[in-house]
Formats: sequence, C-alpha cells, structure tokens
Amino acid sequence: MENITIIDRIRDFIKHFGWPRIIIGLFLLTLFVMAPFVGVNINTSLSDTLNRFGMNCVMVLAMVPMIHSGCGLNFGLPLGIIAGLLGGTLAIEFNFIGPTSFLMAMIFATPFAVIFGWGYGKLLNKVKGGEMMIATYVGFSSVAFMCMMWLLLPYSNPTMVWGYTGRGLRTTISTEGYYLHVLNDFLAIRIGEHFVFPTGMFLLFALLAFVIWAFLHSKKGTAMTAVGSNPVFARACGIDIDKTRILSVILSTWLGAIGILVYQQSFGFIQLYMGPFFMALPAVSAILIGGASVNKASITNVIVGTFLFQGILTMTPSVMNSVIQTDMSEVIRIVVSNGMILYALTRKTEATR
Amino acid sequence: MKDKKIPLLEMKNISKDFSGNQVLNDINFSIQKGEILGLVGENGAGKSTLMKILFGMDEIRTTGGYGGQVIIKGEVVNFNSSLDALEKGIGMVHQEFSLLPDFSAAENIVLNREPLKPSIMSELFGDRMNSLNRDEIDAIAKTSIEKLGISLDTSMKVSSMPVGHKQFTEIARELSKDAKGETNPIELLVLDEPTAVLSEKEADSLLIAMRKLAKQGIAMIFISHRLNEIIDVCDTMMVMRDGLIIKHIPIEGVNVQDIARWMVGRNVSNSSKPREFDYTDKPTILDIQKLWVDMPGETVKNVSLEVKKGEILGIGGMAGQGKLGIPNGVMGLYQSGGKVVFDGKELLLNNPRSLLDAGLAFVSEDRRGVGLLLDESLEWNVAFTAMQVQDKYLKKYLKGFMTWRDSKAIEEVTQKYIDQLEIKCTSSKQKAKELSGGNQQKICLAKAFALEPKLLFVSEPTRGIDIGAKALVLESLRKYNRELGTTIVIISSELEELRAICDRIAIVTDGKIEGILEASKPSEDFGLLMIGQKVEEAI
Repeated sequence: MENITIIDRIRDFIKHFGWPRIIIGLFLLTLFVMAPFVGVNINTSLSDTLNRFGMNCVMVLAMVPMIHSGCGLNFGLPLGIIAGLLGGTLAIEFNFIGPTSFLMAMIFATPFAVIFGWGYGKLLNKVKGGEMMIATYVGFSSVAFMCMMWLLLPYSNPTMVWGYTGRGLRTTISTEGYYLHVLNDFLAIRIGEHFVFPTGMFLLFALLAFVIWAFLHSKKGTAMTAVGSNPVFARACGIDIDKTRILSVILSTWLGAIGILVYQQSFGFIQLYMGPFFMALPAVSAILIGGASVNKASITNVIVGTFLFQGILTMTPSVMNSVIQTDMSEVIRIVVSNGMILYALTRKTEATR
Repeated sequence: MKDKKIPLLEMKNISKDFSGNQVLNDINFSIQKGEILGLVGENGAGKSTLMKILFGMDEIRTTGGYGGQVIIKGEVVNFNSSLDALEKGIGMVHQEFSLLPDFSAAENIVLNREPLKPSIMSELFGDRMNSLNRDEIDAIAKTSIEKLGISLDTSMKVSSMPVGHKQFTEIARELSKDAKGETNPIELLVLDEPTAVLSEKEADSLLIAMRKLAKQGIAMIFISHRLNEIIDVCDTMMVMRDGLIIKHIPIEGVNVQDIARWMVGRNVSNSSKPREFDYTDKPTILDIQKLWVDMPGETVKNVSLEVKKGEILGIGGMAGQGKLGIPNGVMGLYQSGGKVVFDGKELLLNNPRSLLDAGLAFVSEDRRGVGLLLDESLEWNVAFTAMQVQDKYLKKYLKGFMTWRDSKAIEEVTQKYIDQLEIKCTSSKQKAKELSGGNQQKICLAKAFALEPKLLFVSEPTRGIDIGAKALVLESLRKYNRELGTTIVIISSELEELRAICDRIAIVTDGKIEGILEASKPSEDFGLLMIGQKVEEAI
C-alpha cells in the first residue's frame, strides 16, 4: 500500500508540474553535475545562475497581470522598460547617488509607467483578440521612437551624454557611482571565494511577488482573473472590463519599469537605444517554460520558469565551451536562448481556450 | 421466435470506466435484423459512451479501452474507427449535421465516394483527373432517398433546405454507403436524437421513414428524449441509468410515465399542482415600458410589461420572436432603450452593474458563454458575482482599503448550494467545464441565488438538460420563490414547463407582447397567441 501511494504521489507531482519542466530541470541538473568534470567552477556557476535569476525575474513577473486580465503575453514589455530607462536616467541627471538614486529611479519611472500603460491599455482595448500582435509592435515602435528621443531630450549630466557634442545620451551608461549593485550588495551573503547570494535583489522580488499575489486575492484581482477567464461573464457581473484591463496593463508596465532597474543595478549599465528591443522575448519564454499559458499564470510559474530559463542560459555556454575547448560561448548562448524561445512559443497554444 | 437466430448485434458484458469512474457496468443486449430499439436515459446515463464503444471511437481507446465483447452476426469485432464500423454495415446519424451547406443534397449524399468517369484529362494525367459522373450520383441519391420513402429534391442546396430535409439527407447518406458494393450494405443504423431539431411534422415523417427502413431489414438504435416517439416507432426499448440497463422490454403496453420513472428512478409527477398565488392585489415590482433591445436574432421592438411582486411570470413564444431579448436587454447585455422602473426607481439601462445593484439577477440561456467561468472552480462561479456586486465573502483590512477573498466562506456557500441543488461534482474545487449540462445549470442558479435578488430572470433554465435535472431545477426555483418571496421571470420555449410553474404567461410575438394569460388557460389559447392571433379575453 505504502508503495502505491508514493508512486501515485510522484505521478500526481509529474502531472501537476508538467513533463517539459521536469525534462528541462533534469537537463539543468545534468549541466550542474557535469560542470566540475569539465573544469567549470560550480560555485561561480551557481552564483551566476542566482544572479541572473534575480536580474530577470521582475520582468517575468511583469507578464502576470496582463495574462490574468486576458490581454495575453506582454510582448509590449519594452514600453515598460522605457519607463524604467527614463526613471534611471532622470535619477542620474539629478545626481542622486548610491541607494537613493535607485529609489528615485523607481519613483521617477512610476508616472511614466502609469501614463504609458494607460495609453497602451487603451490601445489594447481597441484590438481585443489581437493583443499580442499589436503589443509586439507597440514595443518595437516605442523603442524606435525613443531612439530619437534619447538624442533630443535635454540631458546634461556628463556621465551620460556624448563626449564630443555634449548632448544626446550615450548607448550605454554605467551605473557605477549611482545604483550599481545597491540591491546585490544589500545583506549579501558570501560563501567562499566564488559564491555570493544577492539577498537584496531577492528581497525586492519577494516583496513585489507578494504584492501581486495579494492583489490577485483581492476583490479587484479576482475580477481581473474573471475578465481574463470569460469577459462576457465578467460583464454580466457588472465589471467594467476595459478599466480592469487597463489596470492590468498599467501594472505590467510598471513592473517592467522596475524590472529593468533591477536588471541594470546588477548588470552595471543602462542600455539605451536598441537595448530594450529584444527584452520581451526572454521574459515571455521564461514564463511559458514555467508552465503558464496565454491566459493562466501564477507566481510559481514565474519563479520556476525564470530559474530554468536563466539556469540553462548561464550553464550551457560555460559547460559546452569547456567541453569543446574553444570560445564559442556567445554563439552557444544565442543558439540556446533562441532555441528556448522557439520551444516556449510552440508551447504557447497549449492550455488556451 | 427470433431466439434461435444469431442476432445482428450483440454487446456482451460491456463495461467502461474513465480513470476509475465507472460509466458502464456489465451491459448486455442484442438487436435483431429489422428491429428498432429505443434507447433512453438521462444525460450521463452512458448512452453515448455505449455508442462510442460500438463505433470504436478514439476517445474510448485513449482512455484505456473497454471490457466485454461486441459481436456482429456471431463474430467478435473490435473497430478502430467508424470507417471500420461502416465496413461491417453500421452507420450513424449524428445530432449535429455534418453536411456541406453549399453542396446539393445528391452531392452531400455521395460525398467522398463520388462515382467517377474517365475524361480526356484523366487519360493524360491519371485517375485523379477523372470527372464526376453526375447521372450516377443522382441515381444513387435517388435510390437511397427512395428507401426512406420521402420526396426530396436531390439538386437542392443544403443551405436552402428546411432542417428536416437536412436530417433526411444525412440518413440518405448513411444508406447510400453500400451503393458501390465496396462495403456491406447498411444493416444497423444508430440515430442519435435525430428529432431534437425537427418540428413535429418533420419528426413524424422521419418516424414513418424509419418504419419503412425497418421493413427492409435495417435495424436501428434510436436515441431520443422524446418518449412519445420511442413508443410510436420502436419494437423494443432499453432504459439506461447510471451505466446500467434498467429495463429492456418490448414496447407494447409501456407508457410515457413508466419510461420517465425508470429513467430517473423516482416518480415524476406529471401533474404537479398548479400554484395558488393571487397576484392581482400585489404591487408592481418591475414596470417595463416601451422597451427595445437590439439582440441579433431576438430583437425586441416594443415591449411593455408589468411584473407583480412575488409572482412567477413566464415569457413564452416561438424562437426568434424576441422573448430572449427581454431579459438580456433589461440586464444590459445587449443595447436597449425604453424605460424600466424597478421598485419605484427608474433603472439605468445598458449598465449591468446598476441593475445588479438594484437587486436584479439573471441566469442566462447561454450557460457556457455568459453564465460560467468554465476554467475556474465551482467556488469561483458561485461566489464571484455576489463578491463583486455585494462585497460578500471578502475579508477587509485597513478600513476596507485591502480586501481578501474569504476562501472559507466561499467554500461554505458553494457546499451549501451543492447540497441544496444536488449538484453532482467531485468537490467544490472542480472546474465548471467538467460538469454535465444539468449540473452547470444548477451552478448558474446557485450563482444567482447567492446574490439573494429581489427579482430573478431565468432564461431557458431547462434547455439541453435531462428530465431529472429539469424537475430539480424547476422545483428549486419554485422553492426559492415560495420561501423568500422572490419574484421570478422565466423565459422558456417549452410552454408546458411554463404552464406547470408560472402564475401567468406572456407570449412574445414579433418583438411585442402578444398577450398575457393565466397559466391555467388551455394550451390552445397560448398557441393562438404564438401565431399572432389575439384572444379576446387576454388580460
């Protein structure tokens, strides 16, 4: 009897967790096991994986509100990222330094995220059924538009503008001296020489994830899920569908803005111009790999998906590189990341209505 | 006398479970050449599963196959698809039509088995360039239609046919499948609720055609919810309930009440007592004036109607005349105009929220589209509207700034209605889409009850659900009205049902109220109203 229950429990777990995640998880585990044998430092790898997880998870979390309200996957993430970039550059422009600059960046980014999200939401309400295609191009076109604006906006802080003309922002701006590693170093735990646990980054993610989770348990959040599940039902229950959707888009956009700030403080650079262009796809893929579908997603999907996606992305190049003894890491990284995206997008239709 | 002969079809010890849920249990029956077997049972009794096993549908194999044997003319068979079944001479006529609307009857009948003739092109490019042999197509179609003993224009396009002719076309197609001698002639035909979509007259001619086919030696399994038809046409009948065969007897001497009783396993009182409720001295709770509703297919042009407090008002009429538009318009689901006064206050139309706030509730006829969150749990479905509109089942923090779903309260209320309405489900966490139609309808009712409305619109509450569930749904509405004094407006196509439960019935014709009669008036009066003839004494 005991045996049967254990097997049943395993079977339940597999059913619940899903084969794709188990296979990818096993693959990741294999990479970790192989790492020491091919001369890759396991501590560094683990540390890198956690770091990348922390960098990306808020942007993956930005998928959740829109999925819940039935707006589909947030391919328009670049719009939120642009709000974050504006916040970050403004904080630097006004010469806030250290942790204050990060806080100010978040504060400056918020009104932009709200305004952008509101307009983006209005637009998505006009194209119900085709949100994801439109969202993709909202992302692309906003990036192109901002390419002009970065040159034209009257920024003057010498650390950000082109040296030779004194105007227009540079393509990459260092966050050093401003908010570089403010979260990474907050209460960071160092074990040995190579392993650092970026506590602050995880704490911020935990806080944001908790807020979203709590929101989805509130009256408004429940309404949001119902709008995504069956808009006609929600309307018959007296819910203003358009407003609920706009709220979800604003939330997603704001999370995208915060997400890029978290990314930058760890990465060390603000990437302007074409930087946000390809940021949406990895985030979309991560949440799909985490088991979300176009209209159902949970915080667990975010955590599992980001960990698997970023884990594979960190580990495959370093392990493969060591195996074949040439420096192909960039090529392998591109092949793996796009392969994962391709895989994830083929999963997209699964579990849709 | 037929005992010695080998039966045409025999199903022996058939059993089937879906992941532990036993849906068929030791089914044994046989059918002879030329016999018409009536198969009745509530939704979920196992009829369709049994037929799926007979036809070797994928669904059966992918869920672990079945137990027992299917024997055709003494030979054990195991079909892998309905094509295999066809080869053995078993055909099926589906409830939904699978016809190409822009093809003629003849073309549909021979579809994918068209007789061909060679042409110059095929000499040059091979058989794929053969052209159709129109004469033979017509001949095949005519022969099979003749077998049915009906007249049907073979060149008529399906899209312009009345629904009855479509049904005949389907049957003719099944019958024609032996025309080229490639398969055995059709010997057994399964008809799955063929009359459900037909008018009475069309159904009659179908029954006549069935008898004709039986005389030619074709056996039939006839599935229907219309018990009178079963009695009229069948030789034997079989009642299924909960995966068992309850009765398998010759039809002689059986009456509708018997069948109904066997089906539901309890007494169905056909003549429930009419209500004793005097609405005349009650105040008007809902006053609809000059309402128009732009609902596609159910346009309301000019409806004025007064609903008295505490009554059960029926709204009947033919399909497409606008009866469904009334609740949908009043509840703001479709664009509407006019004046609606509820409880002394004029309501804001086209705004579902304001109507819910006023104390109205609506159970939609479109269960799956409007009524349910199919992908969510029963708890969500029951509690959602009440939560959003009336702030029920919420915990509040920080002076109402933070709200939190009270999952315990939600579970309790759902469980209460599951017990009260006898909803069959594994738990209150089950997803709504996994329930059967009747149980889904009960969830819709529970959702409306949870709102504790002053006035409840119920649209087509019994559409597509079986006898047992029907009785329960109607009884629960009655009980709700009796115990809480809630005014109920029921919109239904089934006049008899309205007459059984309502105090008075309004008949809608051409987007207007044609007349309002007391439910006790004879059905003929209502019939006259439906075809647009005023009855003098209409009130």
